Amino acid sequence: MPALLGIDPLLVGDVLWTPLLIVLLKVLIIFAVGLLATMLNVWFLRKVIAGMQNRVGPNKTGPFGLLQTLADGIKLFFKEDLIPERADNFVFRLAPYLTFVPAFLAFAIVPLGGDFTGGNDGTVTWFGEVTRVQLADPPVGVLFAVAISSIAVYGIMLAGWASGSKYPLLGSVRASAQMVSYEAALGMSLATVVLVAGTLSTSGIVANQTTVGTWHLVTTGIIPFVIFLIASTAEMNLPPFDLVEAEQELVGGYNTEYSSIRFGLFFLGEFMNPITMSLLLSTLFFGGPNPIAFGDTVINIPLIPGALEGTVWVMLKMFAFLYAFVWFRATFPRLRYDQLMDLGWKVLIPASLGWFMLLAAQRVGDVAGWDPVITTVVAAIVLLVSYSLLQLALRTSRLEREREGAMF
Amino acid sequence: MELFVFICAAVMVLLGALGVILRSNPVHAALSLVLTLFGVAVLFVAQEAHFLAAVQVIVYAGAIVVLFLFVIMLLGVDKAEDIKTEPLTAQRPLALVLGVGVFAVLAAAIVTSTESVVRRGEGLSVTNVEDPDANIRQIARSIFGDYVFAFEVVSILLLVAVVGTVLLTRRQRREAVVSK
Repeated sequence: MPALLGIDPLLVGDVLWTPLLIVLLKVLIIFAVGLLATMLNVWFLRKVIAGMQNRVGPNKTGPFGLLQTLADGIKLFFKEDLIPERADNFVFRLAPYLTFVPAFLAFAIVPLGGDFTGGNDGTVTWFGEVTRVQLADPPVGVLFAVAISSIAVYGIMLAGWASGSKYPLLGSVRASAQMVSYEAALGMSLATVVLVAGTLSTSGIVANQTTVGTWHLVTTGIIPFVIFLIASTAEMNLPPFDLVEAEQELVGGYNTEYSSIRFGLFFLGEFMNPITMSLLLSTLFFGGPNPIAFGDTVINIPLIPGALEGTVWVMLKMFAFLYAFVWFRATFPRLRYDQLMDLGWKVLIPASLGWFMLLAAQRVGDVAGWDPVITTVVAAIVLLVSYSLLQLALRTSRLEREREGAMF
Repeated sequence: MELFVFICAAVMVLLGALGVILRSNPVHAALSLVLTLFGVAVLFVAQEAHFLAAVQVIVYAGAIVVLFLFVIMLLGVDKAEDIKTEPLTAQRPLALVLGVGVFAVLAAAIVTSTESVVRRGEGLSVTNVEDPDANIRQIARSIFGDYVFAFEVVSILLLVAVVGTVLLTRRQRREAVVSK
Protein backbone atom coordinates (compact mmCIF):
# COMPACT_ATOMS: atom_id res chain seq x y z
CA MET A 1 0.00 0.00 0.00
CA PRO A 2 2.71 2.59 0.83
CA ALA A 3 4.37 1.80 -2.50
CA LEU A 4 1.10 2.45 -4.25
CA LEU A 5 0.64 5.67 -2.36
CA GLY A 6 4.14 6.66 -3.40
CA ILE A 7 3.12 6.81 -7.06
CA ASP A 8 0.19 9.12 -6.56
CA PRO A 9 -0.83 9.92 -3.01
CA LEU A 10 -4.39 10.43 -4.17
CA LEU A 11 -4.87 7.19 -6.09
CA VAL A 12 -5.94 4.39 -3.79
CA GLY A 13 -7.54 1.30 -5.24
CA ASP A 14 -9.50 2.23 -8.32
CA VAL A 15 -10.91 5.41 -6.88
CA LEU A 16 -9.20 8.64 -7.83
CA TRP A 17 -9.35 10.71 -4.67
CA THR A 18 -8.37 14.08 -6.11
CA PRO A 19 -11.83 14.98 -7.50
CA LEU A 20 -13.45 13.76 -4.30
CA LEU A 21 -11.11 15.85 -2.16
CA ILE A 22 -11.69 18.86 -4.38
CA VAL A 23 -15.45 18.46 -3.96
CA LEU A 24 -15.01 18.14 -0.20
CA LEU A 25 -12.83 21.24 -0.18
CA LYS A 26 -15.44 23.12 -2.19
CA VAL A 27 -18.17 22.06 0.24
CA LEU A 28 -16.08 23.29 3.15
CA ILE A 29 -15.24 26.59 1.45
CA ILE A 30 -18.82 27.21 0.41
CA PHE A 31 -20.11 26.44 3.89
CA ALA A 32 -17.56 28.75 5.49
CA VAL A 33 -18.06 31.50 2.93
CA GLY A 34 -21.81 31.16 3.34
CA LEU A 35 -21.66 31.55 7.10
CA LEU A 36 -19.21 34.43 6.89
CA ALA A 37 -21.25 36.16 4.19
CA THR A 38 -24.39 35.82 6.27
CA MET A 39 -22.64 37.35 9.25
CA LEU A 40 -21.43 40.26 7.15
CA ASN A 41 -24.85 40.58 5.50
CA VAL A 42 -26.50 41.19 8.87
CA TRP A 43 -23.89 43.84 9.68
CA PHE A 44 -24.25 45.35 6.18
CA LEU A 45 -28.02 45.53 6.51
CA ARG A 46 -27.91 47.19 9.92
CA LYS A 47 -25.24 49.64 8.86
CA VAL A 48 -26.92 50.64 5.59
CA ILE A 49 -30.36 50.97 7.16
CA ALA A 50 -28.85 53.02 9.96
CA GLY A 51 -27.28 55.27 7.34
CA MET A 52 -30.59 55.69 5.58
CA GLN A 53 -32.30 56.57 8.84
CA ASN A 54 -29.59 58.98 10.06
CA ARG A 55 -28.36 56.68 12.81
CA VAL A 56 -24.93 55.24 13.51
CA GLY A 57 -25.80 51.54 13.65
CA PRO A 58 -23.61 48.89 15.30
CA ASN A 59 -20.22 50.47 16.11
CA LYS A 60 -19.02 49.02 19.40
CA THR A 61 -18.03 45.39 18.73
CA GLY A 62 -14.88 45.19 16.64
CA PRO A 63 -13.87 47.69 13.96
CA PHE A 64 -16.97 49.47 12.58
CA GLY A 65 -19.09 47.07 14.63
CA LEU A 66 -18.17 44.22 12.27
CA LEU A 67 -18.22 41.60 15.01
CA GLN A 68 -21.71 42.53 16.25
CA THR A 69 -23.33 39.52 14.54
CA LEU A 70 -20.71 37.17 15.94
CA ALA A 71 -21.44 38.49 19.42
CA ASP A 72 -25.18 38.04 18.83
CA GLY A 73 -24.60 34.50 17.60
CA ILE A 74 -22.53 33.58 20.64
CA LYS A 75 -25.23 35.03 22.86
CA LEU A 76 -27.89 32.93 21.11
CA PHE A 77 -25.83 29.77 21.63
CA PHE A 78 -25.69 30.26 25.38
CA LYS A 79 -29.35 31.11 25.88
CA GLU A 80 -31.78 28.60 27.32
CA ASP A 81 -33.44 26.38 24.75
CA LEU A 82 -37.18 26.27 25.42
CA ILE A 83 -39.69 23.92 23.86
CA PRO A 84 -43.28 24.96 24.53
CA GLU A 85 -45.48 22.44 26.30
CA ARG A 86 -48.03 22.31 23.49
CA ALA A 87 -45.43 22.04 20.75
CA ASP A 88 -45.15 19.03 18.49
CA ASN A 89 -41.79 17.81 19.68
CA PHE A 90 -40.34 16.26 16.54
CA VAL A 91 -41.58 18.81 14.00
CA PHE A 92 -40.62 21.69 16.28
CA ARG A 93 -37.02 20.46 16.31
CA LEU A 94 -37.03 19.68 12.59
CA ALA A 95 -38.34 23.02 11.29
CA PRO A 96 -35.24 25.23 11.83
CA TYR A 97 -33.12 22.85 9.77
CA LEU A 98 -35.69 22.90 6.97
CA THR A 99 -35.14 26.66 6.74
CA PHE A 100 -31.39 26.61 7.17
CA VAL A 101 -30.41 23.75 4.86
CA PRO A 102 -32.25 24.92 1.68
CA ALA A 103 -30.67 28.35 2.07
CA PHE A 104 -27.25 26.72 1.87
CA LEU A 105 -28.20 24.22 -0.85
CA ALA A 106 -29.15 26.99 -3.27
CA PHE A 107 -25.62 28.33 -2.87
CA ALA A 108 -24.22 25.15 -4.40
CA ILE A 109 -25.31 25.72 -7.99
CA VAL A 110 -24.25 29.36 -8.45
CA PRO A 111 -21.05 29.92 -10.46
CA LEU A 112 -18.85 31.89 -8.07
CA GLY A 113 -16.02 32.59 -10.47
CA GLY A 114 -14.12 31.33 -13.46
CA ASP A 115 -13.28 32.85 -16.81
CA PHE A 116 -16.07 32.63 -19.37
CA THR A 117 -14.67 35.28 -21.74
CA GLY A 118 -13.10 34.73 -25.15
CA GLY A 119 -14.51 31.27 -25.71
CA ASN A 120 -13.34 29.87 -22.36
CA ASP A 121 -15.90 27.63 -20.72
CA GLY A 122 -15.36 28.83 -17.18
CA THR A 123 -13.38 25.84 -15.97
CA VAL A 124 -10.28 26.18 -13.82
CA THR A 125 -7.50 23.76 -13.00
CA TRP A 126 -7.00 22.95 -9.32
CA PHE A 127 -4.31 20.42 -8.34
CA GLY A 128 -4.27 19.09 -11.90
CA GLU A 129 -8.01 18.59 -12.06
CA VAL A 130 -10.27 20.57 -14.38
CA THR A 131 -13.22 21.82 -12.38
CA ARG A 132 -15.67 24.70 -12.05
CA VAL A 133 -15.77 27.40 -9.39
CA GLN A 134 -19.13 26.18 -8.22
CA LEU A 135 -19.98 23.26 -6.00
CA ALA A 136 -22.22 21.45 -8.48
CA ASP A 137 -23.29 22.03 -12.03
CA PRO A 138 -26.31 19.75 -12.45
CA PRO A 139 -27.88 19.66 -15.92
CA VAL A 140 -31.07 21.12 -14.46
CA GLY A 141 -29.31 23.76 -12.34
CA VAL A 142 -31.96 26.45 -12.54
CA LEU A 143 -34.75 24.02 -11.76
CA PHE A 144 -32.75 22.92 -8.73
CA ALA A 145 -32.89 26.49 -7.47
CA VAL A 146 -36.67 26.56 -7.96
CA ALA A 147 -37.03 23.20 -6.20
CA ILE A 148 -34.97 24.46 -3.27
CA SER A 149 -37.01 27.61 -2.95
CA SER A 150 -40.20 25.55 -2.97
CA ILE A 151 -38.81 23.35 -0.20
CA ALA A 152 -38.00 26.41 1.89
CA VAL A 153 -41.75 26.87 2.50
CA TYR A 154 -41.75 23.83 4.79
CA GLY A 155 -39.45 25.31 7.40
CA ILE A 156 -41.64 28.34 8.00
CA MET A 157 -44.91 26.46 7.68
CA LEU A 158 -44.00 23.66 10.07
CA ALA A 159 -42.37 26.03 12.55
CA GLY A 160 -45.64 27.93 12.86
CA TRP A 161 -47.75 24.83 13.14
CA ALA A 162 -45.50 22.90 15.52
CA SER A 163 -45.35 25.78 18.00
CA GLY A 164 -48.88 24.95 19.13
CA SER A 165 -49.71 28.62 19.40
CA LYS A 166 -52.09 30.88 17.47
CA TYR A 167 -49.91 33.72 16.18
CA PRO A 168 -47.13 31.55 14.78
CA LEU A 169 -49.81 29.45 13.06
CA LEU A 170 -51.31 32.56 11.45
CA GLY A 171 -47.84 33.60 10.33
CA SER A 172 -47.13 30.24 8.79
CA VAL A 173 -50.48 30.04 6.99
CA ARG A 174 -49.77 33.47 5.52
CA ALA A 175 -46.28 32.36 4.55
CA SER A 176 -47.35 29.24 2.73
CA ALA A 177 -50.03 31.08 0.73
CA GLN A 178 -47.62 33.88 -0.15
CA MET A 179 -44.68 31.71 -1.10
CA VAL A 180 -46.73 29.31 -3.23
CA SER A 181 -48.38 32.24 -5.02
CA TYR A 182 -45.18 34.05 -5.87
CA GLU A 183 -43.36 30.89 -6.84
CA ALA A 184 -45.47 30.75 -10.00
CA ALA A 185 -44.37 34.23 -11.12
CA LEU A 186 -40.78 33.45 -10.10
CA GLY A 187 -40.72 30.24 -12.11
CA MET A 188 -42.35 31.83 -15.12
CA SER A 189 -39.87 34.72 -15.32
CA LEU A 190 -37.07 32.20 -14.85
CA ALA A 191 -38.51 30.20 -17.74
CA THR A 192 -38.04 33.21 -20.04
CA VAL A 193 -34.32 33.18 -19.19
CA VAL A 194 -34.15 29.45 -19.92
CA LEU A 195 -36.02 30.02 -23.18
CA VAL A 196 -33.54 32.67 -24.32
CA ALA A 197 -30.45 30.84 -23.04
CA GLY A 198 -31.53 27.48 -24.41
CA THR A 199 -30.06 25.64 -21.43
CA LEU A 200 -30.96 24.90 -17.84
CA SER A 201 -27.44 24.66 -16.42
CA THR A 202 -26.22 27.74 -14.56
CA SER A 203 -22.75 27.65 -16.12
CA GLY A 204 -24.34 27.45 -19.57
CA ILE A 205 -26.52 30.44 -18.73
CA VAL A 206 -23.45 32.44 -17.65
CA ALA A 207 -21.46 31.40 -20.74
CA ASN A 208 -24.36 32.68 -22.83
CA GLN A 209 -24.00 36.31 -21.69
CA THR A 210 -20.45 37.53 -22.26
CA THR A 211 -21.20 41.16 -23.16
CA VAL A 212 -23.73 43.66 -21.83
CA GLY A 213 -25.67 43.32 -25.08
CA THR A 214 -26.16 39.61 -24.49
CA TRP A 215 -27.03 39.88 -20.81
CA HIS A 216 -30.39 38.25 -20.27
CA LEU A 217 -31.53 41.49 -18.71
CA VAL A 218 -31.40 42.89 -22.25
CA THR A 219 -32.26 39.82 -24.31
CA THR A 220 -35.36 38.97 -22.28
CA GLY A 221 -36.45 42.60 -22.27
CA ILE A 222 -36.11 43.74 -18.62
CA ILE A 223 -39.72 42.79 -17.67
CA PRO A 224 -38.80 39.24 -16.50
CA PHE A 225 -36.02 40.73 -14.39
CA VAL A 226 -38.40 43.16 -12.69
CA ILE A 227 -40.90 40.36 -12.06
CA PHE A 228 -38.14 38.09 -10.76
CA LEU A 229 -36.88 40.80 -8.41
CA ILE A 230 -40.35 41.45 -6.96
CA ALA A 231 -41.26 37.76 -6.75
CA SER A 232 -37.96 36.85 -5.11
CA THR A 233 -38.43 39.59 -2.52
CA ALA A 234 -41.84 38.11 -1.74
CA GLU A 235 -40.46 34.57 -1.81
CA MET A 236 -37.88 35.47 0.85
CA ASN A 237 -40.50 37.30 2.95
CA LEU A 238 -38.42 40.46 2.90
CA PRO A 239 -40.06 43.85 3.33
CA PRO A 240 -42.37 45.10 1.85
CA PHE A 241 -43.70 41.52 1.70
CA ASP A 242 -42.87 40.52 5.28
CA LEU A 243 -46.43 39.78 6.37
CA VAL A 244 -45.18 36.46 7.66
CA GLU A 245 -43.61 38.16 10.65
CA ALA A 246 -45.56 41.41 10.83
CA GLU A 247 -44.64 42.38 14.39
CA GLN A 248 -47.63 44.65 14.91
CA GLU A 249 -50.11 41.90 14.05
CA LEU A 250 -48.45 38.59 14.84
CA VAL A 251 -46.08 39.29 17.77
CA GLY A 252 -43.08 37.86 15.92
CA GLY A 253 -44.59 35.62 13.28
CA TYR A 254 -43.79 31.96 12.74
CA ASN A 255 -40.72 31.96 15.00
CA THR A 256 -42.33 33.55 18.08
CA GLU A 257 -41.99 30.41 20.20
CA TYR A 258 -38.41 29.71 19.20
CA SER A 259 -35.48 30.65 21.39
CA SER A 260 -31.76 30.09 21.63
CA ILE A 261 -29.90 28.57 18.69
CA ARG A 262 -33.10 27.20 17.11
CA PHE A 263 -34.10 30.80 16.57
CA GLY A 264 -30.53 31.44 15.45
CA LEU A 265 -30.91 28.89 12.65
CA PHE A 266 -34.04 30.66 11.37
CA PHE A 267 -32.19 33.93 11.55
CA LEU A 268 -29.25 32.49 9.65
CA GLY A 269 -31.48 31.05 6.93
CA GLU A 270 -33.36 34.30 6.64
CA PHE A 271 -30.19 36.32 6.08
CA MET A 272 -28.59 33.66 3.91
CA ASN A 273 -31.48 33.81 1.44
CA PRO A 274 -30.85 37.38 0.17
CA ILE A 275 -27.24 36.42 -0.57
CA THR A 276 -28.14 33.34 -2.59
CA MET A 277 -30.94 35.21 -4.34
CA SER A 278 -28.59 38.09 -5.23
CA LEU A 279 -26.11 35.59 -6.63
CA LEU A 280 -28.88 33.92 -8.61
CA LEU A 281 -30.08 37.28 -9.94
CA SER A 282 -26.60 38.21 -11.12
CA THR A 283 -26.16 34.75 -12.66
CA LEU A 284 -29.47 34.76 -14.48
CA PHE A 285 -29.68 38.34 -15.71
CA PHE A 286 -26.27 40.04 -15.30
CA GLY A 287 -23.74 37.51 -16.56
CA GLY A 288 -22.47 36.29 -13.18
CA PRO A 289 -18.65 36.11 -13.26
CA ASN A 290 -18.44 37.79 -16.68
CA PRO A 291 -16.84 41.24 -16.65
CA ILE A 292 -18.87 44.18 -17.89
CA ALA A 293 -18.11 44.38 -21.62
CA PHE A 294 -19.52 46.51 -24.41
CA GLY A 295 -18.84 44.71 -27.66
CA ASP A 296 -15.07 44.17 -27.69
CA THR A 297 -14.17 46.70 -25.00
CA VAL A 298 -13.91 44.81 -21.73
CA ILE A 299 -13.69 46.63 -18.45
CA ASN A 300 -10.98 44.79 -16.55
CA ILE A 301 -10.36 45.31 -12.87
CA PRO A 302 -6.70 46.32 -12.55
CA LEU A 303 -4.21 44.48 -10.32
CA ILE A 304 -6.32 41.32 -10.06
CA PRO A 305 -5.28 38.12 -11.88
CA GLY A 306 -7.71 36.83 -14.52
CA ALA A 307 -8.92 33.78 -12.62
CA LEU A 308 -9.91 35.79 -9.56
CA GLU A 309 -11.57 38.51 -11.56
CA GLY A 310 -14.74 36.48 -12.10
CA THR A 311 -15.16 36.06 -8.38
CA VAL A 312 -14.69 39.79 -7.86
CA TRP A 313 -17.34 40.56 -10.47
CA VAL A 314 -19.77 38.12 -8.84
CA MET A 315 -19.20 39.81 -5.49
CA LEU A 316 -19.72 43.30 -6.94
CA LYS A 317 -22.97 42.29 -8.64
CA MET A 318 -24.13 40.51 -5.52
CA PHE A 319 -23.49 43.59 -3.42
CA ALA A 320 -25.57 45.72 -5.78
CA PHE A 321 -28.58 43.46 -5.19
CA LEU A 322 -27.97 43.10 -1.47
CA TYR A 323 -27.97 46.88 -1.28
CA ALA A 324 -31.20 46.98 -3.30
CA PHE A 325 -32.89 44.56 -0.89
CA VAL A 326 -31.87 46.70 2.08
CA TRP A 327 -33.03 49.78 0.20
CA PHE A 328 -36.47 48.16 -0.32
CA ARG A 329 -36.60 47.44 3.40
CA ALA A 330 -35.94 51.06 4.27
CA THR A 331 -38.25 52.52 1.63
CA PHE A 332 -41.49 50.61 1.12
CA PRO A 333 -44.27 50.27 3.68
CA ARG A 334 -45.67 46.78 4.13
CA LEU A 335 -48.44 45.67 1.79
CA ARG A 336 -51.90 44.73 3.04
CA TYR A 337 -52.68 41.03 2.60
CA ASP A 338 -55.24 41.46 -0.19
CA GLN A 339 -52.88 43.84 -2.01
CA LEU A 340 -50.17 41.20 -1.76
CA MET A 341 -52.41 38.52 -3.28
CA ASP A 342 -53.71 40.92 -5.97
CA LEU A 343 -50.17 41.84 -6.98
CA GLY A 344 -49.14 38.21 -7.16
CA TRP A 345 -52.10 36.68 -8.95
CA LYS A 346 -53.55 39.53 -11.00
CA VAL A 347 -50.41 41.40 -12.05
CA LEU A 348 -47.22 39.34 -11.80
CA ILE A 349 -48.47 35.94 -12.96
CA PRO A 350 -50.37 37.26 -16.03
CA ALA A 351 -47.49 39.61 -16.89
CA SER A 352 -44.83 36.93 -16.66
CA LEU A 353 -46.99 34.42 -18.55
CA GLY A 354 -47.75 36.97 -21.27
CA TRP A 355 -44.11 37.96 -21.64
CA PHE A 356 -43.12 34.31 -21.84
CA MET A 357 -45.67 33.73 -24.61
CA LEU A 358 -44.40 36.80 -26.50
CA LEU A 359 -40.79 35.60 -26.40
CA ALA A 360 -41.87 32.06 -27.32
CA ALA A 361 -43.83 33.41 -30.30
CA GLN A 362 -40.75 35.30 -31.46
CA ARG A 363 -38.66 32.12 -31.19
CA VAL A 364 -41.20 30.11 -33.18
CA GLY A 365 -41.37 32.90 -35.77
CA ASP A 366 -37.59 32.89 -36.00
CA VAL A 367 -37.52 29.17 -36.76
CA ALA A 368 -40.44 29.33 -39.20
CA GLY A 369 -39.00 32.38 -40.96
CA TRP A 370 -41.90 34.78 -40.30
CA ASP A 371 -41.42 38.54 -40.32
CA PRO A 372 -40.30 39.30 -36.72
CA VAL A 373 -42.19 42.62 -36.56
CA ILE A 374 -45.48 41.10 -37.66
CA THR A 375 -45.03 38.14 -35.29
CA THR A 376 -44.42 40.47 -32.36
CA VAL A 377 -47.36 42.73 -33.23
CA VAL A 378 -49.78 39.82 -33.66
CA ALA A 379 -48.60 38.19 -30.42
CA ALA A 380 -48.90 41.51 -28.57
CA ILE A 381 -52.45 42.01 -29.87
CA VAL A 382 -53.45 38.49 -28.81
CA LEU A 383 -51.97 39.09 -25.36
CA LEU A 384 -53.71 42.45 -25.03
CA VAL A 385 -57.05 40.85 -25.90
CA SER A 386 -56.47 38.10 -23.31
CA TYR A 387 -55.49 40.70 -20.72
CA SER A 388 -58.68 42.69 -21.35
CA LEU A 389 -60.69 39.49 -21.05
CA LEU A 390 -59.00 38.84 -17.71
CA GLN A 391 -59.77 42.38 -16.56
CA LEU A 392 -63.38 41.94 -17.67
CA ALA A 393 -63.65 38.69 -15.70
CA LEU A 394 -62.16 40.36 -12.61
CA ARG A 395 -64.54 43.31 -12.94
CA THR A 396 -67.57 41.06 -13.31
CA SER A 397 -66.66 38.99 -10.29
CA ARG A 398 -66.03 42.13 -8.22
CA LEU A 399 -69.42 43.57 -9.19
CA GLU A 400 -71.02 40.22 -8.35
CA ARG A 401 -69.40 40.21 -4.93
CA GLU A 402 -70.47 43.77 -4.25
CA ARG A 403 -74.03 42.92 -5.26
CA GLU A 404 -74.03 40.13 -2.69
CA GLY A 405 -72.93 42.60 -0.08
CA ALA A 406 -69.31 41.64 0.40
CA MET A 407 -67.08 44.43 1.59
CA PHE A 408 -63.90 43.45 -0.29
CA MET B 1 -23.08 2.11 -6.08
CA GLU B 2 -26.32 2.12 -8.04
CA LEU B 3 -27.67 -0.69 -5.89
CA PHE B 4 -26.75 1.23 -2.75
CA VAL B 5 -28.56 4.35 -3.95
CA PHE B 6 -31.56 2.27 -4.95
CA ILE B 7 -31.76 0.57 -1.56
CA CYS B 8 -31.50 3.89 0.31
CA ALA B 9 -34.15 5.53 -1.87
CA ALA B 10 -36.41 2.48 -1.68
CA VAL B 11 -36.20 2.47 2.11
CA MET B 12 -37.08 6.18 2.08
CA VAL B 13 -40.06 5.59 -0.21
CA LEU B 14 -41.40 2.64 1.77
CA LEU B 15 -40.90 4.27 5.18
CA GLY B 16 -42.69 7.36 3.90
CA ALA B 17 -45.53 5.33 2.45
CA LEU B 18 -45.96 3.39 5.69
CA GLY B 19 -45.86 6.66 7.60
CA VAL B 20 -48.67 8.11 5.50
CA ILE B 21 -50.90 5.20 6.42
CA LEU B 22 -49.87 4.56 10.01
CA ARG B 23 -49.26 8.00 11.53
CA SER B 24 -52.36 9.14 13.35
CA ASN B 25 -51.51 12.85 13.09
CA PRO B 26 -52.47 14.26 9.64
CA VAL B 27 -49.49 16.65 9.54
CA HIS B 28 -47.04 13.82 10.27
CA ALA B 29 -48.72 11.76 7.55
CA ALA B 30 -48.30 14.60 5.06
CA LEU B 31 -44.62 14.91 6.01
CA SER B 32 -44.18 11.18 5.44
CA LEU B 33 -45.62 11.73 1.98
CA VAL B 34 -42.88 14.32 1.36
CA LEU B 35 -40.30 11.69 2.35
CA THR B 36 -41.77 9.30 -0.21
CA LEU B 37 -41.74 11.95 -2.93
CA PHE B 38 -38.09 12.75 -2.20
CA GLY B 39 -37.22 9.07 -2.40
CA VAL B 40 -38.85 8.88 -5.82
CA ALA B 41 -36.93 12.01 -6.87
CA VAL B 42 -33.66 10.35 -5.82
CA LEU B 43 -34.62 7.30 -7.89
CA PHE B 44 -35.20 9.58 -10.87
CA VAL B 45 -31.76 11.15 -10.43
CA ALA B 46 -30.22 7.68 -10.25
CA GLN B 47 -31.87 6.97 -13.61
CA GLU B 48 -30.32 10.15 -15.09
CA ALA B 49 -33.79 11.69 -15.33
CA HIS B 50 -32.75 14.97 -13.69
CA PHE B 51 -35.59 16.96 -15.15
CA LEU B 52 -38.23 14.58 -13.81
CA ALA B 53 -36.57 14.64 -10.40
CA ALA B 54 -36.62 18.44 -10.28
CA VAL B 55 -40.23 18.60 -11.43
CA GLN B 56 -41.18 15.92 -8.93
CA VAL B 57 -39.79 18.05 -6.10
CA ILE B 58 -41.17 21.35 -7.42
CA VAL B 59 -44.68 20.16 -8.20
CA TYR B 60 -45.38 17.44 -5.65
CA ALA B 61 -43.27 18.32 -2.64
CA GLY B 62 -43.25 22.07 -3.27
CA ALA B 63 -46.84 22.69 -4.26
CA ILE B 64 -49.23 19.80 -3.72
CA VAL B 65 -48.19 18.65 -0.25
CA VAL B 66 -47.84 22.31 0.81
CA LEU B 67 -51.44 22.70 -0.30
CA PHE B 68 -52.43 19.61 1.73
CA LEU B 69 -50.72 21.04 4.80
CA PHE B 70 -52.30 24.42 4.16
CA VAL B 71 -55.78 22.91 4.10
CA ILE B 72 -55.07 20.76 7.16
CA MET B 73 -53.94 23.84 9.11
CA LEU B 74 -56.71 26.07 7.81
CA LEU B 75 -59.46 23.59 8.70
CA GLY B 76 -57.83 22.90 12.06
CA VAL B 77 -57.96 19.11 11.67
CA ASP B 78 -54.34 18.77 12.77
CA LYS B 79 -54.94 16.63 15.85
CA ALA B 80 -55.02 12.86 15.93
CA GLU B 81 -58.55 12.66 17.31
CA ASP B 82 -59.94 14.65 14.37
CA ILE B 83 -59.64 11.73 12.00
CA LYS B 84 -61.24 9.21 14.37
CA THR B 85 -64.71 10.19 13.20
CA GLU B 86 -65.69 8.83 9.81
CA PRO B 87 -67.99 10.97 7.70
CA LEU B 88 -68.38 8.17 5.16
CA THR B 89 -69.25 4.83 6.66
CA ALA B 90 -68.01 1.78 4.73
CA GLN B 91 -65.08 3.96 3.62
CA ARG B 92 -62.47 1.56 4.97
CA PRO B 93 -63.69 -1.68 3.37
CA LEU B 94 -64.24 0.18 0.10
CA ALA B 95 -60.70 1.58 0.26
CA LEU B 96 -59.37 -1.94 0.82
CA VAL B 97 -61.23 -3.30 -2.22
CA LEU B 98 -60.10 -0.40 -4.41
CA GLY B 99 -56.53 -0.66 -3.16
CA VAL B 100 -56.34 -4.34 -4.01
CA GLY B 101 -57.90 -3.58 -7.39
CA VAL B 102 -55.39 -0.83 -8.22
CA PHE B 103 -52.53 -3.04 -7.10
CA ALA B 104 -53.77 -5.87 -9.31
CA VAL B 105 -54.09 -3.57 -12.32
CA LEU B 106 -50.61 -2.10 -11.78
CA ALA B 107 -49.06 -5.53 -11.29
CA ALA B 108 -50.77 -6.82 -14.43
CA ALA B 109 -49.62 -3.76 -16.38
CA ILE B 110 -46.02 -4.23 -15.26
CA VAL B 111 -46.01 -7.95 -15.96
CA THR B 112 -47.52 -7.63 -19.43
CA SER B 113 -45.61 -4.52 -20.50
CA THR B 114 -42.04 -5.57 -19.69
CA GLU B 115 -41.44 -6.34 -23.34
CA SER B 116 -42.74 -3.07 -24.72
CA VAL B 117 -40.96 -1.02 -22.05
CA VAL B 118 -37.66 -2.64 -22.94
CA ARG B 119 -38.27 -1.92 -26.59
CA ARG B 120 -39.13 1.73 -25.85
CA GLY B 121 -35.89 2.18 -23.95
CA GLU B 122 -33.89 1.38 -27.05
CA GLY B 123 -34.73 4.79 -28.46
CA LEU B 124 -32.56 6.39 -25.78
CA SER B 125 -29.03 5.99 -27.08
CA VAL B 126 -26.01 6.50 -24.85
CA THR B 127 -25.15 9.86 -26.45
CA ASN B 128 -28.62 11.09 -25.57
CA VAL B 129 -28.06 10.27 -21.94
CA GLU B 130 -24.78 12.18 -21.94
CA ASP B 131 -26.30 15.32 -23.45
CA PRO B 132 -28.16 16.83 -20.49
CA ASP B 133 -30.73 18.64 -22.59
CA ALA B 134 -31.68 15.61 -24.71
CA ASN B 135 -33.66 14.32 -21.77
CA ILE B 136 -35.82 17.44 -21.62
CA ARG B 137 -36.18 17.56 -25.40
CA GLN B 138 -37.50 14.01 -25.44
CA ILE B 139 -40.05 14.70 -22.71
CA ALA B 140 -41.19 17.83 -24.54
CA ARG B 141 -41.54 15.91 -27.82
CA SER B 142 -43.71 13.24 -26.28
CA ILE B 143 -45.88 15.60 -24.19
CA PHE B 144 -46.37 18.37 -26.74
CA GLY B 145 -46.03 16.19 -29.85
CA ASP B 146 -47.12 12.57 -29.56
CA TYR B 147 -49.55 12.94 -26.67
CA VAL B 148 -50.57 16.58 -27.02
CA PHE B 149 -54.28 15.73 -27.19
CA ALA B 150 -54.24 13.71 -23.96
CA PHE B 151 -52.18 16.46 -22.32
CA GLU B 152 -54.65 19.19 -23.28
CA VAL B 153 -57.60 17.05 -22.19
CA VAL B 154 -56.01 16.57 -18.76
CA SER B 155 -55.40 20.32 -18.41
CA ILE B 156 -59.02 21.05 -19.34
CA LEU B 157 -60.11 18.46 -16.78
CA LEU B 158 -58.14 20.28 -14.10
CA LEU B 159 -59.62 23.61 -15.17
CA VAL B 160 -63.13 22.16 -15.02
CA ALA B 161 -62.42 20.84 -11.52
CA VAL B 162 -61.28 24.29 -10.33
CA VAL B 163 -64.21 26.15 -11.91
CA GLY B 164 -66.62 23.53 -10.56
CA THR B 165 -65.28 23.89 -7.02
CA VAL B 166 -65.62 27.66 -7.12
CA LEU B 167 -69.12 27.41 -8.52
CA LEU B 168 -70.28 24.89 -5.89
CA THR B 169 -68.95 26.88 -2.95
CA ARG B 170 -70.42 30.12 -4.27
CA ARG B 171 -73.84 28.62 -4.83
CA GLN B 172 -73.96 27.42 -1.24
CA ARG B 173 -73.18 30.89 0.02
CA ARG B 174 -75.94 32.43 -2.10
CA GLU B 175 -78.51 30.05 -0.59
CA ALA B 176 -77.28 30.95 2.85
CA VAL B 177 -77.77 34.65 2.07
CA VAL B 178 -81.29 33.99 0.76
CA SER B 179 -82.31 31.89 3.78
CA LYS B 180 -81.28 34.69 6.13
